[in-house]
Amino acid sequence: MKKECKDCGAELTIPQDSMVGEIITCPDCGTDFEIVSKTDETVEMKEAESVGEDWGQ
Amino acid sequence: MIKICIIYDKLRFEEKKIYSDIQQKGFEATLVDGKSLTFDTESSKRDPRFGDIVFQRVISYNRGLHLTYCLEQMGLPVVNSFKVSEICGNKLITSLILKKNNVPTPKTTFAFSTESARECMKNLGYPLVVKPIIGSWGRGVYQIKDQSMAEMMLDSRQDNDNSFSRIYYFQELIDRPSRDIRCIVIGDQVVASVFRYSSENEWRTNVAVGGRTEIAPLTSELQEIVLKASNAVGGGILGVDLMEDKDRGYLVHEVNNTVEFRGASTVCKSDIAGAMTDYLVKNSSK
Repeated sequence: MKKECKDCGAELTIPQDSMVGEIITCPDCGTDFEIVSKTDETVEMKEAESVGEDWGQ
Repeated sequence: MIKICIIYDKLRFEEKKIYSDIQQKGFEATLVDGKSLTFDTESSKRDPRFGDIVFQRVISYNRGLHLTYCLEQMGLPVVNSFKVSEICGNKLITSLILKKNNVPTPKTTFAFSTESARECMKNLGYPLVVKPIIGSWGRGVYQIKDQSMAEMMLDSRQDNDNSFSRIYYFQELIDRPSRDIRCIVIGDQVVASVFRYSSENEWRTNVAVGGRTEIAPLTSELQEIVLKASNAVGGGILGVDLMEDKDRGYLVHEVNNTVEFRGASTVCKSDIAGAMTDYLVKNSSK
């Protein structure tokens, strides 16, 4: 599935097995998008949260 | 049927692997975005999404900690518990708990202002290592080699509005090989142990900064120290990180609460996600 980067217009490829919650990174501008919903035909994404200082494992 | 809920805020390899493993073993699994949740003081009824046990895999320490507290107050079992999460997410608390429980750990000094940090470094001498007390993946971890680097670090901390930036955590620089050891503990079992080698021109061994993994032999001495560290912080599903000091042997420097295991799973034969599922099933409320 293909989407257009909302920031730079580049083409984003969404892997078939991707899941809601996964992050897709634009290959051109590096913006991260989070998949918020997905069906066989459609995928909705929003800009992902930026890395927080308390992020980790 | 036992239902296991995985709470995440950014879906990684690990959450996907555990989610599919739970289903393959014949149990029900749900993935819940922690960012979408709301609670209130009246929250007491069980939300069916949370099932019989919650596996907290949130990447933001503060978000995960507070979500865990809300869930525990509703009477849900959460892995890892609030208490364990609180200890492991904060390096200062972890170091003190490890020491108190006689787990070998590097000597670490804490300071609570720019002035006391400057004085501390002068007294400790160089080189030394400074780490943020909260955070991961080697971010903000520096080797301070001399006083000019120390001043640069202090300047950068002063420019940071983060409430933890004025809490300083200084650790002795350990004379070790260019690797550390990551052990994954599930309950009372060490299910994986790997060396993490630092990449070229990098002293940190984190996989996030290019470190590569190789299987590490699990000796009885290593197993004993790792389990001791896990028990010291309260136990659960944890990643224990150790260094090999040339004179003192193993030193535990970190215990991770939402352990990543992608690197370990590529070299270890053990079924890490499967062992996690078994532990969650065993500790569920059903």
